[in-house]
Amino acid sequence: MRVRAQIGKVLNLDKCIGCHTCSVTCKNVWTTREGVEYAWFNNVETKPGTGYPTDWENQKRWNGGWVRSASGKLHPKQGAKWRILANIFANPSMPEIDDYYEPFDFDHDHLKSAPDMEHFPTARPYSKITGERMEKIEKGPNWEEILGGEFAKRSKDYNFENVQKEIYGEYENTFMMYLPRLCEHCLNPTCSASCPSGAIYKREEDGIVLIDQEKCRGWRMCVSGCPYKKVYYNWESGKSEKCTFCYPRIESGQPTVCSETCVGRIRYLGVILYDADKIEAAASAERETDLYGAQLDVFLDPNDPEVIKAARRDGIPEDWIEAAKISPVWKMAMDWKVAFPLHPEYRTLPMVWYIPPLSPIQNAAEAGQIAMSDQMPDVRSLRIPVKYLANMLTAGDEEPIVHALERMSAMRLYMRALTVDGVRDEGIAARVGMSGRMIEDMYKIMAIADYEDRFAIPTAHREQNEAGADLRGGCGFTDGNGCSSGETGKTSLFGGKKKSFALPQETF
Amino acid sequence: MHNFLFGIYPYIALSVLLIGSVVRYERDPFTWKTSSSQMLRRKQLIIGSILFHVGVLVIFFGHLFGLLTPIWIFDAMGISHGAKQLLAVVAGGIAGVVALVGGGMLMHRRWTDPRIRKTSSFADIAILALLLAQLVLGVGTVFVSIQHLDGYEMTKFMAWAQGIVTFQAGAAAHIADAALIFKLHLFLGLTIFLVFPFTRLVHIISGFFAPLRYLFLRAGYQLVRSRRRRPLEERRRAFDARQARRGPAATTPAE
Repeated sequence: MRVRAQIGKVLNLDKCIGCHTCSVTCKNVWTTREGVEYAWFNNVETKPGTGYPTDWENQKRWNGGWVRSASGKLHPKQGAKWRILANIFANPSMPEIDDYYEPFDFDHDHLKSAPDMEHFPTARPYSKITGERMEKIEKGPNWEEILGGEFAKRSKDYNFENVQKEIYGEYENTFMMYLPRLCEHCLNPTCSASCPSGAIYKREEDGIVLIDQEKCRGWRMCVSGCPYKKVYYNWESGKSEKCTFCYPRIESGQPTVCSETCVGRIRYLGVILYDADKIEAAASAERETDLYGAQLDVFLDPNDPEVIKAARRDGIPEDWIEAAKISPVWKMAMDWKVAFPLHPEYRTLPMVWYIPPLSPIQNAAEAGQIAMSDQMPDVRSLRIPVKYLANMLTAGDEEPIVHALERMSAMRLYMRALTVDGVRDEGIAARVGMSGRMIEDMYKIMAIADYEDRFAIPTAHREQNEAGADLRGGCGFTDGNGCSSGETGKTSLFGGKKKSFALPQETF
Repeated sequence: MHNFLFGIYPYIALSVLLIGSVVRYERDPFTWKTSSSQMLRRKQLIIGSILFHVGVLVIFFGHLFGLLTPIWIFDAMGISHGAKQLLAVVAGGIAGVVALVGGGMLMHRRWTDPRIRKTSSFADIAILALLLAQLVLGVGTVFVSIQHLDGYEMTKFMAWAQGIVTFQAGAAAHIADAALIFKLHLFLGLTIFLVFPFTRLVHIISGFFAPLRYLFLRAGYQLVRSRRRRPLEERRRAFDARQARRGPAATTPAE
């Protein structure tokens, strides 16, 4: 057993309202620079839809993630090491900027600088790459917002596999949900495995996957390696960039920007202890439907004395062990089994998990009654097909999804009985294999979702791993080029215009 | 002048190449990159880039081994000078044309596509133009070379190059009477060495070393970095030792 800790994350899709606050705050903090205007470390997609970049889930096209060979060994789907190197002159699996969208802005200056004209001046769009006028914007970061676009296009969604999707094109049967996406900070990341430079690494202390900007050479194999398409090539700096899990915030015990600003309180952060020795075997599970369970086996119970002993021996700080015991991520993934990894079939063992959404009963109006089984609404008759959610979260295995949805609807029934009738109905809890206390705890964390319950983040132990003298006079966090900003350009000997590093000024 | 261009300038160019690359790698590693534009336009890049790189690599190694292998090795192997020249002309000529076609596609793409044109620096376009000019000159030497197939001319360039790398005075004299196109080709080649550390060409060095590290030095696929000062095994031993001293009941603070 080799114990490591990771700050894991859960997103409760049942409560996501698709407000995009996470995306906007993330963008304002991380990707407003030239070269990454098109990149959204966090984005929110409306499902069903092909997403951003278009069709990202279709690994037949993009070759992301891992494949298991006949001998049971894993190699990246885009190829083993020698195959990746053979593609080093041109990467055949890499998306083009048009697969995301051409970044644009509007010519707002024209509104005030236009001369006296017969018609009201307008702010027309222009490309942020070429600066040229864009007559028609063909695509954006959220082009299918609230089921935008025709069903024929949206239904190319990979999660419709084995679903009779035609009926969902009809107005009466349509359904939708939001899927906020960020880097999964996988236990078995394909981006780092694909990097010939060795620039991408996972941090031992908190599991965050980062790109060393000074070691990245711009070979771009990570972009195609990542099946979630969450590594972005910065066309200005020539380096790849990705979600940093806001590590400067995490290290000081604060939630990531997307989690902090989430209006719907759907995001949870907490410590997960895992056994690093089990990763390879888990990712190599023979059947794709076994991968979810295999990943659960990698996680270690922080209340098990043996695990605590091993964790101490492997240098997990005491407050991290304590945080693991109260981790909301552990509760949702392990205790209640309501959270699931996104596309476990990619074999990356992702660490950002999702609680599937409940939805209205499908044919309630037609039938004049709600499909009930054992006094509970039958979750298989919900508007969002269980198969669709299963394709997204459990490689197509419906059982765990049904189980989670039943527990979530049981929570509603139980709490209704408690608050309306004043009755603690243990029977409801027992039907889904829980106790009343568990359900009330689940309600407190998932429904009320107080700040303290959502985030249990121990601070990094800098005293263990940083020498203060080395940091003295340092520059703190920069975009990657030491004390200069991340820009490259004119005046430096090696082709870098060093922009003066301006701190925000107070204005009165 | 001849002695400066082919006796002294090579040392200036190679020194700048060597020291400049080390300084850049040490002082400004963030700028060390391929500067790929594939993200902005895939069209023409896949074929163009592969042709260009494969052609240039064949030429590079052809020059490296062709110029710097001592001539007695060829004599010992029984390869006549004429045969070696023929090999150089045929292989180099084909690779040169392949690289020219690829480079031409890349230049056309860089020059005409508004996205790439707009985001290219002067150095990006200049270095490609320089390489294309060098390729044209190099392929041009083939026509001079095939007029005398005895291999004598070629041995002069070998003597010059080997004289330069072994620090022999008077190396330039070997090629004093070479045709102008060869001299231009040599001068431009040395100039490319000179500007090497200031352009995106530095990615060539990574192109040789990264694969070696990736294939042979990285065990498995994954990389994990620890910020702790001691490796896990050492920490475990120290923990066990502390634990033994304190007795099993006491808890030990984690490192």
